[in-house]
Amino acid sequence: MTRSELIQRLAEMNPHLYLRDVEKIVETVFDEISAALARGDRVELRGFGAFSVKHREARSGRNPRTGETVSVEAKRLPFFKTGKALREKLNGD
Amino acid sequence: MESRTITRADLAEAVYESVGLSRNESSDLVEAVLDQVSEALIEGDNVKISSFGSFTIREKGERIGRNPKTGVEVPISPRKVLVFRASHVLKERINKGK
Repeated sequence: MTRSELIQRLAEMNPHLYLRDVEKIVETVFDEISAALARGDRVELRGFGAFSVKHREARSGRNPRTGETVSVEAKRLPFFKTGKALREKLNGD
Repeated sequence: MESRTITRADLAEAVYESVGLSRNESSDLVEAVLDQVSEALIEGDNVKISSFGSFTIREKGERIGRNPKTGVEVPISPRKVLVFRASHVLKERINKGK
């Protein structure tokens, strides 16, 4: 399912809403999650899952092909942990 | 700045402010978004949200685990796990605010 298919499904379920409002709702949800992560905040959606940001320190890495040493900058990486309810539903419990 | 935790209520408030529906309906629609994503995944469909990321289901086969307390070996049944992969847009956005 893509973003546009998600919008389409929601629009079918909510025929009283304008399509542009459904688009705006989907955009707002994912944009708020992204903005929170960009601020370094955690996003916890019980039953669905939690998004968090992990820090990776700068380190020196190696180009596996040439053996050359390269410095890898410190960075922040987004993480997602599946919620208990969704994890159980995926496995048919 | 102190880091905080964003919840459904914050997402609903953002929808309320940006779309102009009632607070109740905004909250129902946030739930509907999460429900539709979950349902697609439960049906075995992958979900790809452009400029955000993709959720994919990975099937894990049976493997032998060990109870760390007793040391007894136990089989871990085959299961499905959900993997989220952030898009480049999201990764860049997260690192810009560094």
